[in-house]
Amino acid sequence: MAQRWGLPVVAWPTRLRPSFWDLVALPLVVGLIALVAWASEQMSVPYTGGQEIAISLSPWKLPEYGLRTVMRMGIALLVSLIFSLVYAAVAAKSRRAEKLLIPILDILQSVPILGFLSITVTGFIALFPGSLLGYECAAIFAIFTSQAWNMTFSLYQSFLGVPQDLREAARMYHLSPWASFWQLEVPYAVPQLVWNMMMSMSGGWFFVVASEAITVADQNTTLPGIGSYIALASKQGDIAAVGYAILAMLAFILIYDQLLFRPLLAWSQRFKIEAITEGEGERAWFLTMLQRAGLFQFLAWAGDTLADFLSRTAKAAHPWKPKPARPPSPWTPWIDRVWVVCLALAAAYALYCVVFYVGTELGLDEVGHVFLLSIATFVRVSVLIALASLIWVPVGVWIGLRPPIAHRAQPIVQFLAAFPANLFFPIFVFAIRDYHLNVEIWLSVLMILGAQWYILFNVIAGTLALPTDYQYVASNLGVSRWLWWRKFILPGIFPAYVTGAITASGGAWNASIVSEVAQWGDDKFVATGVGAYIAEWTATGDFPRIVLGITMLSIFVLTFNRLFWRRLYTLAEERLRLD
Amino acid sequence: MADAQPLLATKEVCKTYRTADRAGRLVLDHIDFTLREGEIVAILGKSGSGKSTFLRVLAGLTPQSEGTVTYRGTPVVAPVTGVAMVFQSFALFPWLTVLGNVELGLEAQGVPREERRKRAIAAIDLIGLDGYESAYPKELSGGMRQRVGFARALVVNPDVLLLDEPFSALDVLTAETLRGDLADLWTARRVPTKGIVFVSHNIEEAVEMSDRVIVFSSDPGRIRAELPVPLPRPRDHANATFRQIVDEVYTQITTQPGREPGKRGAPAQAVGISYRLPPASIQQLMALLDTLTAAPFNGRADLPHLAEELALSVDDLFPLIETLQLMGLAQVGGGDIEATAAGRTLAEADMLKRKQLFAEHLLRAVPLIAHIRRVLDERPGHTAPSSRFLSELEDHLSEEDASEVFETVVNWARYAELFAYDYDSGVLSLENP
Repeated sequence: MAQRWGLPVVAWPTRLRPSFWDLVALPLVVGLIALVAWASEQMSVPYTGGQEIAISLSPWKLPEYGLRTVMRMGIALLVSLIFSLVYAAVAAKSRRAEKLLIPILDILQSVPILGFLSITVTGFIALFPGSLLGYECAAIFAIFTSQAWNMTFSLYQSFLGVPQDLREAARMYHLSPWASFWQLEVPYAVPQLVWNMMMSMSGGWFFVVASEAITVADQNTTLPGIGSYIALASKQGDIAAVGYAILAMLAFILIYDQLLFRPLLAWSQRFKIEAITEGEGERAWFLTMLQRAGLFQFLAWAGDTLADFLSRTAKAAHPWKPKPARPPSPWTPWIDRVWVVCLALAAAYALYCVVFYVGTELGLDEVGHVFLLSIATFVRVSVLIALASLIWVPVGVWIGLRPPIAHRAQPIVQFLAAFPANLFFPIFVFAIRDYHLNVEIWLSVLMILGAQWYILFNVIAGTLALPTDYQYVASNLGVSRWLWWRKFILPGIFPAYVTGAITASGGAWNASIVSEVAQWGDDKFVATGVGAYIAEWTATGDFPRIVLGITMLSIFVLTFNRLFWRRLYTLAEERLRLD
Repeated sequence: MADAQPLLATKEVCKTYRTADRAGRLVLDHIDFTLREGEIVAILGKSGSGKSTFLRVLAGLTPQSEGTVTYRGTPVVAPVTGVAMVFQSFALFPWLTVLGNVELGLEAQGVPREERRKRAIAAIDLIGLDGYESAYPKELSGGMRQRVGFARALVVNPDVLLLDEPFSALDVLTAETLRGDLADLWTARRVPTKGIVFVSHNIEEAVEMSDRVIVFSSDPGRIRAELPVPLPRPRDHANATFRQIVDEVYTQITTQPGREPGKRGAPAQAVGISYRLPPASIQQLMALLDTLTAAPFNGRADLPHLAEELALSVDDLFPLIETLQLMGLAQVGGGDIEATAAGRTLAEADMLKRKQLFAEHLLRAVPLIAHIRRVLDERPGHTAPSSRFLSELEDHLSEEDASEVFETVVNWARYAELFAYDYDSGVLSLENP
């Protein structure tokens, strides 16, 4: 498989010859295996609920904690990848499954990530009684929910977008559906997928802090990890520890970036249909090592030989015959209708269950209350997106118009987006306490800390993409400053801006649960909003209220997306595209 | 050879696409076709004649609605081994090297690795790509990419090669070289391929390459004519018989169905409201009329010459000619085109007068435009939503065709200042800002 996907083809003898890169490769591989073994052993130690796991604020424990966290992130990413492949493939292949799967995905996307944690944790603990593994799984699941959906969407869209001529070529040359999935559809989806994996990872870092502290029926379990370290540091008001954690996080994000995403990004370039544009062809040292070290060459060769053997054995056992493409049967529309009716009935029943469950404990006035809280959060998100746009659009345009600066700024902004903003929460809380700032306003800022970078990032990219001809025309015509913004820049970057703002708004909604309640030492600050509502009731484990809060929040996000962002996006796509 | 079993044969093949109102649009209408051993057959037709669809039916990629397709006597219901295809867009997998792309078909057949490599390298050498084995498609020029496309097809030792406009994405010079190389391989019998079906929109190319030219008519696609090309290869474009065949093909393609070729002076055929108007650009239309009426043609031209003079491919030229015919500005027959008196008057007029004359011709000859104009005149606000006319069109045409026809109409009417169209609101009006 590896050779097929582009590792250079070299005959067997030269492969065995070790190269300079082996000196780096060998210790790395051995070390990695040892670390993974150690961490997985730690994950499954015996544990019963309520037992205290001691977290130490010593900076020397940070590498260990970091490793545990990184391990969780890695597993979650892998699970997300497998989930996405299966889910997207089913949704793209079956018209009927698509009708069910895609709306579900759309809703899952708008359910706040921490909501999943509060609802599913008991189930995971029951799966592995007497072991820490259940709690680990719950934490991993929470990270998974912050990573999977956008990866799934990107895969699904890529699968649908596979060019017709490539599909025809695959059929014409008798690729079985299995072969064409791995040789056509997945490779075609790789560039978008890698990009979304990076975005997912950023989201994951943000929620890792929250997901490592698990509350079940008033019993707190803090899994050893960077998130728990930060939580404890905030609780004890230890500013130095927060500083250490920030440094450690920086190091771990850098390592992930260097060892995983740079190589993936460089490697994914080859799957792009169009020619490589300038600046994208950068190499990653880790990928170079993978491609040059004799050890990996050998592994690639062995893997490829094995894959070839397996595929030919499978072919001999089950020879695949192309299925005739039949015209649709006259019954198809009727089966479709029955299917739609079934789906509608199931949805109605599910709705009934939720209403019944919530309704037995809570009255309409509670619903009204949560509705008002959601409006508060809604106002907060809207104002913040507007403010962030006012600040970052001019900055982004300024950077984008200067390509040398932009190329240097891009990785930095990407990094900032990946950096978990909640690390800075203690600092804000500190300030609120000492300077008696307004809680409603200054806690809101936390929501946008992580999300704002998407706006900046996209505006830079959008400005860079504006053809220089347009800039010449604009300056040639001597248009005034204001006219230049109104007629040239703003329409020009609009599609890119909308994409960024959509991501930012989703991030802000999601962050509301984390950021409307903040604690520093013994001081606790609560802002008015649905996020604080969910966070507070999660702490006490009141399920009907959690469900109500999460449902309301999801409905708000969905409505806002449908009525506002999606329309803006369509407008941008149709009218302001530069082609 | 005449008694031998044909390589490919179709009997009464029809293909219908379902439209929005379930009426179904007939794309292929009762096609009987055979490909015999040792033959190259070219299929020519205007865009919309279903020639590419037909090739996909032959390949087993698209199921026919009626009729049968057979390969060596057995029905084709899915792509069969022994038939390979080359695509207009090359359709190479960008993440595979040249070698990987060529090996793809062999891999799918389960050929062992060593043999796969040997055969792929042989095919790459045959098509003149040696040295490029480890290159990726995006590193190659268009001509080189199409060579990879050919190597990928030839490596599976196909009986039949289906070519879907394989040269039309290439520049003239590159296309000529590749065509020459392919013809050499064929005449020297260096490939095991026994028959080629070849879809083209380039008439000269088709006559140069094939033993038989089949002309499709449009809407629905039918076999219009079948012309043998009994010339030895390599063929000289200046040869008298060659020119004669080219002329004949032009005649076949440009005459409207139901009208005898060669009868000049017949009135422009009346068309209905939902006629699939050719997507002709005004700029090109005027340029064509100017060239036709000026020296050296002076109002009458041989179509192949005119195409060459204007450097237009048939896909560009035919919509223009059809539009001129439709509006009674020119007449076509026997491979020639002649400007009518109205056409000459229009060509001599200045810009404002031109618009005025053009508007008159549109109102007279294009019922859809007359209809829209009438509706706008009658309405109190002189406005109407485009959806109204689009849905009228969609009763007869597919959604895609309907919007294409509507776009053409708006384009023409804007030039003639007959009515205005606001893209944002989708409203037609009489106002002209």
